Amino acid sequence: MNRNLTGWLLLLPAALLLVTFTHYPALGTLYHSLFSTPKAGRAAVWVGLDNYQAMAADPVFWQSLKNNLLFALGTIPTSIALALAMALLVNGKLRGRAFLRLSYFTPTILPMIAVANIWLFFFTPGYGLLEQVTGLFGLPTHNWLGSRDTALACLIAVTIWKEAGFFMIFYLAALQSIAPVLGEAASLEGAGRWYFFRRVTFPLLMPTTLFVLVNAVINSFRLVDHIVVMTRGGPDNASQLLLYYIYDVGFKFWDTAYAAALTMVLLVILAAFALGQFVLLDRRVHYR
Amino acid sequence: MSAPGRLVETLAAWLLGALWLLPLAYAVWTAFHPREFSARFVPTAPLTLLNFVEAWNAAPFARYLINTVALVTIILVAQLLLCTLAAYAFARYEFVGRDLAFLLVLVQLMIMPDVLIVENYRTMNRLGLVDTIVAIGLPYMASAFGIFLLRQTFKTVPKELDEAARVEGAGALQTLWKVYVPLARPVYVAYALVSVSYHWNNFLWPLIVTNSVTSRPLTVGLQVFSSTDQGVDWSIITAATLLTSAPLLGAFLLFQRQFVQSFMRAGIR
Repeated sequence: MNRNLTGWLLLLPAALLLVTFTHYPALGTLYHSLFSTPKAGRAAVWVGLDNYQAMAADPVFWQSLKNNLLFALGTIPTSIALALAMALLVNGKLRGRAFLRLSYFTPTILPMIAVANIWLFFFTPGYGLLEQVTGLFGLPTHNWLGSRDTALACLIAVTIWKEAGFFMIFYLAALQSIAPVLGEAASLEGAGRWYFFRRVTFPLLMPTTLFVLVNAVINSFRLVDHIVVMTRGGPDNASQLLLYYIYDVGFKFWDTAYAAALTMVLLVILAAFALGQFVLLDRRVHYR
Repeated sequence: MSAPGRLVETLAAWLLGALWLLPLAYAVWTAFHPREFSARFVPTAPLTLLNFVEAWNAAPFARYLINTVALVTIILVAQLLLCTLAAYAFARYEFVGRDLAFLLVLVQLMIMPDVLIVENYRTMNRLGLVDTIVAIGLPYMASAFGIFLLRQTFKTVPKELDEAARVEGAGALQTLWKVYVPLARPVYVAYALVSVSYHWNNFLWPLIVTNSVTSRPLTVGLQVFSSTDQGVDWSIITAATLLTSAPLLGAFLLFQRQFVQSFMRAGIR
């Protein structure tokens, strides 16, 4: 059979689903964001950029965008640094190494929705574990999730806890592929451990760091499960993230046209990031 | 390294480990003790399984469990099939538009179904699939990640093996089945573990697209259960939480090495 035809036939089933549930909806988002939301007895009508104008004037949108940026800044560097530290720790000779690896990694395989319930209990004012600890130090009681100042920080803490062990795995794999000869040579030359890490280990881990970074960025716009349980975006939108706001608008207020416009913002952010990665970084790092 | 330095490192590692296990330990304490000890840590507190019994009876968890198992199975089988075929095409066929098609596949790595909830719900509605298990799975079945991973693996298979099979008279599918699939076994195991854990834990899309007991997976069931007025009974909620996580956690503890290695293998490409 013609190799051209065979190639396409093999690809066809996957292509069909990909187009239906990735490419078509991505374009459909743009299309529907230019129409009004259909209501009972009133079909959707072309409104041009009205939804986007409404968005520009919507303080909750700006709040969720700002929160999402803070959420990204709060989770990405810390979880990556912790992941690297964890990997370095459990890669060396250490008492209870296997057990520690296990405890770092466990959050990865627990459902976010389930651990969010546990953390909700953890943060409960009055008798939650956090309050019991701060109470020991004589600190006043504080409603961690119910206060504008701390709600987002709590979500960030949970996310770091959930992600660090996952990222550690990739660092661990990379560390194990570094030839031990390098370390021996360095110590013969009298290089200190910090110097060795800075000049040898860290540069060698660069591809892993980039891979982890890409994942962390995507996750910072994708992870909202814990919001559903812990804060529902509140109080007063203080912990509202973009995707959660889309969910609110699309499936609680059923304003699908506005939700489409909001989704466009998310798509543009992700696409810009993908493009930047494609242009700025060496393609071979990820896609070979 | 100096002895004090080592000690500090070990302490730091253990502190971090304790911190990381704390929430789970806390949940275990609350779930296995009577209500009055839910936030009081008295070593002599009596143990009980009643919280689990109560949680199990208060919501159709058995049904949710069946739904989740069906869901991850359907997704995995479809993913393995579709991704294998597509990966083989990308790895070994020179067809018109291949590079563009591959680029279009990679788009899904960035723009995942998780963010296209509004439009995908519209599609499911039109297809009359809302509130079915298939609807939860459909957007994830053609996985760019799976295609990418298998393509990389298939590319490492020596072309000679492929040609030898062809000389023996094997067709495309036979060659794929007899030569490529067996050689890629470890990658399949790795992918399967990652996929199962992802979809066992997935929440937002299933929450949106299901609205009855017949299709809800465990994660959504847990949320429905703990957000209805249980009077914030933490003992029962933590018991339900542990019930939801237990099968995967159990499998993980049994097959730690495979899990960790699978996640590693899926990451380095």
